[in-house]
Amino acid sequence: MSSNSPILDPKCPGGDIETRWDRHRFAMKQVNPANKRKFHIIVVGTGLAGGSAAASLAELGYRVTSLCIQDSPRRAHSIAAQGGINAAKNYPNDGDSVFRLFYDTIKGGDYRARESNVYRLAQVSNNIIDQATAQGVPFAREYGGHLANRSFGGAQVSRTFYARGATGQQLLLGAYAAMNRQIQAGRIDMRCRREMLELVVVDGVARGVIVRNLITGAYERYAGDAVLLCTGGYGNAFYLSTNAKNSNVTASWRAYKRGAFFANPCYTQIHPTCIPVSGDHQSKLTLMSESLRNDGRVWVPKAAEDKRPASQIPEEDRDYYLERRYPAFGNLVPRDVASRAAKERCDAGFGVGSSSMAVYLDFADAIDRDGEDAVRAKYGNLFHMYQKITDENPYESPMRIFPAVHYTMGGLWVDYNLESTIPGLFVLGEANFSDHGANRLGASALMQGLSDGYFVIPYTVCGHLAGRHLQPVTTQHEAFAEAESEARSQTEKLLAVGGSRSVDSFHRELGLTLWDDCGMARSEKGLKHAIGKIAELRAAFWNDVRVLGEEKDLNQSLEKAGRVADFLEFAEVLVKDALNRTESCGGHFRLESQTEEGEAKRDDENFSYAAAWEYQGTGQDAVLHKEPLAFEYVQLAQRSYK
Amino acid sequence: MSAEKTMKLNLKIWRQKNADSNGSIEDFQLDGVSTDMSFLEMLDVLNEQLISAGREPIAFDHDCREGVCGCCGAVVNGQVHGPDEETTLCQLHMRRFHDGDTIQIEPWRSRAFPVIKDLIVDRTAFERIQQAGGFVSVSTGSAPDANTISIPTRDAEKAFDFAECIGCGGCVAACPNGAAMLFTAAKVAQLVTLPQGKLERSSRVLTMVERMDAEGFGDCTNHYECSAACPKGVPIEAIAVMNREYLRATFLSPEGA
Repeated sequence: MSSNSPILDPKCPGGDIETRWDRHRFAMKQVNPANKRKFHIIVVGTGLAGGSAAASLAELGYRVTSLCIQDSPRRAHSIAAQGGINAAKNYPNDGDSVFRLFYDTIKGGDYRARESNVYRLAQVSNNIIDQATAQGVPFAREYGGHLANRSFGGAQVSRTFYARGATGQQLLLGAYAAMNRQIQAGRIDMRCRREMLELVVVDGVARGVIVRNLITGAYERYAGDAVLLCTGGYGNAFYLSTNAKNSNVTASWRAYKRGAFFANPCYTQIHPTCIPVSGDHQSKLTLMSESLRNDGRVWVPKAAEDKRPASQIPEEDRDYYLERRYPAFGNLVPRDVASRAAKERCDAGFGVGSSSMAVYLDFADAIDRDGEDAVRAKYGNLFHMYQKITDENPYESPMRIFPAVHYTMGGLWVDYNLESTIPGLFVLGEANFSDHGANRLGASALMQGLSDGYFVIPYTVCGHLAGRHLQPVTTQHEAFAEAESEARSQTEKLLAVGGSRSVDSFHRELGLTLWDDCGMARSEKGLKHAIGKIAELRAAFWNDVRVLGEEKDLNQSLEKAGRVADFLEFAEVLVKDALNRTESCGGHFRLESQTEEGEAKRDDENFSYAAAWEYQGTGQDAVLHKEPLAFEYVQLAQRSYK
Repeated sequence: MSAEKTMKLNLKIWRQKNADSNGSIEDFQLDGVSTDMSFLEMLDVLNEQLISAGREPIAFDHDCREGVCGCCGAVVNGQVHGPDEETTLCQLHMRRFHDGDTIQIEPWRSRAFPVIKDLIVDRTAFERIQQAGGFVSVSTGSAPDANTISIPTRDAEKAFDFAECIGCGGCVAACPNGAAMLFTAAKVAQLVTLPQGKLERSSRVLTMVERMDAEGFGDCTNHYECSAACPKGVPIEAIAVMNREYLRATFLSPEGA
């Protein structure tokens, strides 16, 4: 299937990488200031990407409609990001540079990201810190009053800026405040409690969306000159993840069904430090920030099945396995490496806790060295959360942690302009696929979301608006009626099934299937099993799901049902992508492709490409398109953190 | 982890079809509740049972379930976000309760927060307060290098204490007057503590307070219930800062004249 795949052009400028972005911006058509108000841009989602994009575009003079699923734009799940945001400021004078951030990100992503995009990301990273600081984001400070940094995985410099353990919250509230200023000025029309159900395409160009008003159940039509999807990742396909409960793939999936290609869906990030599952009732998993690995040491007992409490296991009986296996990076290896190492120890019988599916993250050394107050100042909110959930005091005994689904590097395919394969449809933040390759480094999600929204889309949207002679379109166009009727018929179908099983029961089953067969380790056999299972589950869902309540009402079961219906379709593409990619890379670990030491073994000859899938209709196999990845500035190598 | 136990609960939950109808308390019995469950997971289990019995599940706002999005919240046995200090409803765990307990669960009660359905209320009044002035007027691209603005650690930390507000509305629900002082003050105090926010300090406090009053929130009469109920522990000092700022702006600034 893959040998004759069509080739995709990412439209990257060539030449010297340091000047690519500058030259590209200069070459792009401009919209003059007086004409900007004639254009209407629809932004779906208000996380870091959507919030920063909506505010920045409105400041430039565009008319913006912003849509979000929650009751306030401030509640998007970017709010939950804890540890920090990277930038190449080199304030600590420890040798950082734009090139080093670029290099670390390409390597961290296991050489599966696009060089041009990543270099641009590193270039604008510094502007983000400036912008957020000017907004009043209370970043941590040194005693001299300057900004403080800490370290994150996959880097040997300290380049992570942070606001205690709530960096995402503070950055999002900064973007939210910028939005509020534009809402007040009348340049953003903010619509909350709206869920996008369809993309409207007119003459091949994205010109609007259909949303469901989650309070009244009414369908609403929004027409514009460009549509920006900033709707986050699809981690909730796994049911249990660190995502918020309302995070979903629907907006991306509906765009996919209208012609946007979906790239690298198998690249999912399993985060190494989450609070372990405690029972069948569990509704979500909670992350313990990677920043904890600055001071926490990961270990398991040296002897298998050692059931003594942590406090009774003496130093010589402990195996600090990350420090042992990766002496150069120690506890700060990238996430995919740390997760696999934890799984390896647990599978071999060294796991701790009642389920034996956990490892220790121990702060005793840091507390001895710096004192409990110093540790509390850095991580107080995380320790508090850990204690709330587990009823254990992490100041006294080590945390128990285990990997969990956290972030999705895959997403809708976009070119260098962040434009999807549907002209006029731009995709920002976690919803796109472009910058993190097969594994995202810690503190890079906030950087990418804000880079896309503050510093990339305000320029690249011009190319579309000024370059394509767009005809006026209103919501009376027949394409809106057709899309609305699609959305409505899906809703009606869900309510009409009248089966016996709740939506959640299907979602849990889907999640378990994906976790077992397409989680931290994947094999041809398991993936084929998952494909069969997903098809069965989808049939069972449409035959037996029970959705109560009415269409024209606030109906949370109906909302969930629509999202799970889409996850059940999407999961198949995720698994087929994993099956197609017979190499291991980053978070995608094929058991058939590993080095002697059990590390991910890439196959650059056959898989140095981004896989972008094109929808072919229900029940048809998607068609694979390839974007070849060329590495001109970073030399391909077996990734090593030893 | 403490040993998991299960318990049986009597739940009294506010049900209301929509903003135009009257609500009432309904009784539910729920068995097999694990002490390890979060409060919202307990409601999930109840909802699964209701669905299987053919009854509409209870509507409640929730999203991140890690205490930071500010979506969730309810009055539990008369206490905002339940009995634990500095804890959102999603972070409250059932080990806090006992077998046989009766738990009453109601939405926020405030004139400015009309009930939409069951436990879901309309908090858009909060949005309008923030829109009135809860920002620093700096457009994208015009910021100087971050280290040109140096801020003493003490001020940065203080600003963070105020900035932690998650906008859940618990302070309003806890206040006998239904005041939104702590919510409004948290933003005013955060920004005035930092040099970036000082330029617009007068206009900000005047417009935000004006909007707050227009939304129908009550007045502050120093009960301090807001801060006691706040799941993020936003200090009551924020209100003192806002009052001072308001007086200053009213009498000593051109904007207040």
